[in-house]
Amino acid sequence: MSMNRRDLIRTTAGLAVGAASARLIGPSAARAADSFNIEPEKGASLRVTRWSPFVSGDEKQWLANTAQFTKDTGIEVRIDKESWEDIRPKAAVAANVGSGPDIMWVWFDDPQQYPDKLLDVTDLANYLGNKYGGWYDGPKAYATNNGKFVGLPLATIGNAMVYRKSIVEKAGFSEFPKDTDSFLKLCQALKSKGLTPAGFTLGHGVGDGNNYVHWLLWSHDGKVVDEKGNVTLDSPETIEAIKYSNALYKTFIPGTESWLDVNNNRAFLAGQVSVIANGVSAYYAAKNDPKLEDIAKDIGTTNLPVGKSGKDVELHQVTSTVIFKYTKYPKAAMRYLQYMFEKPQMDKWIEASSAYCCQTLKAYAENPIWKADPVFAPYARASATLRTNGYAGPLGPASAGVMADYVLVDMFAEAATGQRTPEQAAKRAAERAKRYYRS
Amino acid sequence: MNGTQQVALRRAPPPGGFARIMESRNILGLIFLLPAAAFLLVFLTYPLGLGIWLGFTDTSIGRPGFFIGLENYEDLWNDPVFWLSVFNTVLYTVVASVVKFALGLWLALILNEKLPFKAFFRAVILLPWVVPTVLSAIAFWWIYDAQFSIISYSLMKLGLITRPINFLGDPTLARASVIAANIWRGIPFVAITLLAGLQTISPSLYEAATLDGATGWQRFRHVTLPMLTPIIAVVMTFSVLFTFTDFQLIYVLTRGGPVNSTHLMATLSFQRAIPGGHLGEGAAIAVAMIPFLLAAILFSYFGMQRRRWQQGGRD
Repeated sequence: MSMNRRDLIRTTAGLAVGAASARLIGPSAARAADSFNIEPEKGASLRVTRWSPFVSGDEKQWLANTAQFTKDTGIEVRIDKESWEDIRPKAAVAANVGSGPDIMWVWFDDPQQYPDKLLDVTDLANYLGNKYGGWYDGPKAYATNNGKFVGLPLATIGNAMVYRKSIVEKAGFSEFPKDTDSFLKLCQALKSKGLTPAGFTLGHGVGDGNNYVHWLLWSHDGKVVDEKGNVTLDSPETIEAIKYSNALYKTFIPGTESWLDVNNNRAFLAGQVSVIANGVSAYYAAKNDPKLEDIAKDIGTTNLPVGKSGKDVELHQVTSTVIFKYTKYPKAAMRYLQYMFEKPQMDKWIEASSAYCCQTLKAYAENPIWKADPVFAPYARASATLRTNGYAGPLGPASAGVMADYVLVDMFAEAATGQRTPEQAAKRAAERAKRYYRS
Repeated sequence: MNGTQQVALRRAPPPGGFARIMESRNILGLIFLLPAAAFLLVFLTYPLGLGIWLGFTDTSIGRPGFFIGLENYEDLWNDPVFWLSVFNTVLYTVVASVVKFALGLWLALILNEKLPFKAFFRAVILLPWVVPTVLSAIAFWWIYDAQFSIISYSLMKLGLITRPINFLGDPTLARASVIAANIWRGIPFVAITLLAGLQTISPSLYEAATLDGATGWQRFRHVTLPMLTPIIAVVMTFSVLFTFTDFQLIYVLTRGGPVNSTHLMATLSFQRAIPGGHLGEGAAIAVAMIPFLLAAILFSYFGMQRRRWQQGGRD
């Protein structure tokens, strides 16, 4: 990485001193910290693999920004798309085999699974962090390994309560409940008054299932492991969370234990459920369909209720951009990422993503999209409320394994469907988690 | 002796090295075998060997593993989810294969009769087999949807039920539902192959049996079935292998849920190896499928032996 450092030192004299001292040194030095000039290799071209977009604006703007990059630098960039669940295996194969795209958008703990195969982009990340108000802690944790950035956190795909305002009002709630107890009362009221019920995914839905159960666990102060990675799942807090989930489940529309990621959107847009937890895509789908105009107007969103933990914490979906070490054009790849993360491009991209992609750099929280529609507001906080998978332990193969094996989803589903008591479900899930955490 | 005769009597010079190779049947045979052998080695033996080796290591995605002996298998032995997947796989395979065979044979017998539009029916019956599995799985996903199932909808409209059937949410129903989808998809293969077998049976055998006063059932039991046995063995071996290693249907319909009640060994292996990142353990689950698959192949082998009996020998 000497070339980066040399380039960095040459061009960013005041960077190491930090943002605080920049004020003391004066505006000229601060300006120097604002630049990160890296000279791309001659004749470089790049291949980027990203996940297929959920909202079309995201892709259009990313391509437009890329086209502008090519125009400015002459570096050709080819962008391929993969279904979001194919990203993990393909990135793993690319990392293992040492061939494939130069840059990839990956999910969750992926950068932690093969950190030594990824280019160290600490200098670039620090430059961007200093310039744009710093990285949010949650997304940063996913992209850093041993204090080094092995990727740039790109976006948090926020999760929030999506509900029908009119139906919640009919249930006797003038505003959506802010704590878990009143939320249970709302769901019970929906059920007892014969109104359209709530529905939350308890099937093997990678995104929605995990988002929901992590909120259940964390809002009750439960956690899978402690800071050292010892499994602490079988705890009174977890059992309390399971009992709460059981009570909620009784109010749901039947069949949520078979739901995968698409089911809640589908049921919500068909008017079968009135409260779900989802990304902004549910609203987006309603808004873009003239037939669903009434539903779109009736949609309200808010962050998930706070439980006895008193904290607003959620899993969300995190995506990072990584550069593989095998790339022939590391400098061009960094130049490209720098370009895409700079304000003119990133601001446009966040805006075009219609609140689907929450910024990972704090300065972009001022993006006008978050005020463009009241529905978008809760999604603006996704990176701030994000808690990493496998909290409070380290990120890595064990945390990734537990999530992929649906240990928490199964725990809550087993108890909700009456296959096991809350105590048995917690014990069994802890045993399953131990298989991953013992080494 | 004139010059011509001299030439004729002179012995041909001993062939050179290359020519000798070209004339040796053994060496030439080996050379012709090489491409096929290399192909098998690269695309069959190597991946299989690698899979077996991975099962003895703790390899995870992105980092090489170390040899850990039987640890993966010991872990799986104590893992209730693994045993649940074994149970599910055996149940899925046995029920689906038996039903596919019964319905497939029945269909083949009907199609073997003189029917109007026979070619048309045969083409239609092949359809489920021709449609890509993922597409038919998505169709079944809608059919079994917790809210929008056409079956639930129709039954509710008819007033037979009051709320949608929880096809993929209830463990028992979920198992039955995925098995039904697999049967639907697998019948054409069994039916069409058995039909081909039926058509090779000489009509004279049936004529002789009829003259001897055999009833319809006796003709089936003592002529059709014995003549069809070898092909049944092959068809059922393939059918069992396809069913045992099924992946797409489960992956689209349930991802192994609810609470792992439809997880097959193949889906669990994928889930642990790729999204979970534990390649070693995933490989061990895949290797654990081999004994079952070998048993299916042996079944076919012994089934084929009956050919001797059919030709007048003994079993």
